[in-house]
Amino acid sequence: MNSILLSKKIRKVSLEMVHSSNASHIGSALSMVDILAVLYNNILNYDSNNPNWEERDKLILSKGHSCVSLYAVLGLKNFFDIELLKTYGKNGSNFMNHISHKVPGVEFSTGSLGHGLPYAVGIALGNKLKKIDSKVYVILGDGEVAEGSNWEALLFASHHKLSNLVVIIDNNNLQSLTTVDETLNLESYREKLEAFGCNVINLNGHDHKELEAAFSNSNLTSKPLAVIAKTTKGKGVSFMENQVKWHYKSPNTKELSIAIKEIDNA
Amino acid sequence: MRNKFIEILVKEASKNDKIVLIIGDLGYNVVEPFQEQFPDRFFNAGICEQNMASMAAGLASEGFHVFIYSIANFPTFRCAEQLRNDIGYHNLNVTVVTVGGGLSYGNLGYSHHAIQDLGLIRLFPEFKILAPGDPNETIACMKNLFSSNGPSYLRLKKAGEPNYNTQEVLLKEGVWNKVISSKNNKIFLTTSGGLSLAIKLLKNKEFEDFGIYSCPIWGAFYKDSQQKQIDFFDQVITVEDHLLDCGFGSWIRESITNPNSHLKISHKGLTKNVVGKVGSEEYLYKLDNL
Repeated sequence: MNSILLSKKIRKVSLEMVHSSNASHIGSALSMVDILAVLYNNILNYDSNNPNWEERDKLILSKGHSCVSLYAVLGLKNFFDIELLKTYGKNGSNFMNHISHKVPGVEFSTGSLGHGLPYAVGIALGNKLKKIDSKVYVILGDGEVAEGSNWEALLFASHHKLSNLVVIIDNNNLQSLTTVDETLNLESYREKLEAFGCNVINLNGHDHKELEAAFSNSNLTSKPLAVIAKTTKGKGVSFMENQVKWHYKSPNTKELSIAIKEIDNA
Repeated sequence: MRNKFIEILVKEASKNDKIVLIIGDLGYNVVEPFQEQFPDRFFNAGICEQNMASMAAGLASEGFHVFIYSIANFPTFRCAEQLRNDIGYHNLNVTVVTVGGGLSYGNLGYSHHAIQDLGLIRLFPEFKILAPGDPNETIACMKNLFSSNGPSYLRLKKAGEPNYNTQEVLLKEGVWNKVISSKNNKIFLTTSGGLSLAIKLLKNKEFEDFGIYSCPIWGAFYKDSQQKQIDFFDQVITVEDHLLDCGFGSWIRESITNPNSHLKISHKGLTKNVVGKVGSEEYLYKLDNL
């Protein structure tokens, strides 16, 4: 399966999950699907039969509310029986509505923003101390970048030349109530990240070739790598794209059917 | 206490290459022996407590036992959510070490008065609290830390405290340690700097027959073992260098399942009288008649 086909499957499974449990945040989940598809199909070094393999690459999802697309890709990559996704958001399930480390393949639980990057810095430091040549990738929402803890972490990461750290900003420019620009303008990400010591790449976060090229080893210098991925919230479902309401709303049966058809026909 | 801590940490780190010390830009004249002997496992995180705590969690997830060190309110209140979510919930092997417990830094003002820290940490069920009252208890707490895994909070005072325990101390989680025998089956029960306060209280005629027990290792996991120990005595007065609200005495009282025990338990500790006041530890204690 190539990463494009995988991304379609992730989108469909994610939609079915939020529909089934009447959950929120589908727009945020769809926004980062292509990033996940490229990482899990072409980049990350892992063994789904041995999810705790010490030398694996690790992905930390800091925007934990977008969990369905990560659960979906882990299920599609056989970290667990994909049928378990039907328990998502249900009583007693390990598949919580924010990403949960109780699920095989999930490294870290988040839900409160601004925790993933500092935690990833700790992993990157640990790998350096152990002289393990694996990498840690962390996906942040753009609104989340306002959390001060991220900037503390970047200071440490660049000071200690953590070149095994890849920070990915899912830059869909839409947060809880309106655009990031209108909420607390964070531009220019590039200038800020460069000032904090990162090697920075801007790209189209839905272009698999650009993503794959950005994650290649040639971009891992002596600095942490920051990828500013320009994305569209709700990507792949026309009536969800760039709409704040899909941060909250769950598709009904009719909307789900239209969304699945759009993805199949894309 | 803090010198004993670093002495033991250095000794243990020479045997265990998974021990890492991260400081929050504090520890002058304390942490240098570790820094000199293990430069690759010593980091100054800078004045960034949130990152220090989450980063420690990430590092611990890679198999390290990480000690983060600062003054009491900074690696606790400043990064409370990081302790709760990242270290506690993930049950990681991080020890938060604080100095200046209670009113040790009384002259430095309210920002440095650690009189609510135990209340915060005991809200996190995964955390084990280690609150020694003298250097001998510090040694025992350190031994306990190296024989177990998981989130922990080591609350130290500062340097130069006398030993009130005259012999080697053996500690178990939630188990009271006899410091001075009781002549009337009535005791002071202490944690952290409460021990030095109880020693002073013994000089009052009304308490001259009291004994002193300490409970340096406690926390949410160890409540169940308290009732049996309470029942052994006719009167228990808890003593602590912490606000009575949500402190050690409250924890003991919440541990009670036998309603009759309420009749024989009372509490001594800090109140709003010390909040915002500045002075020596002794001066501030007097504001609360301690």
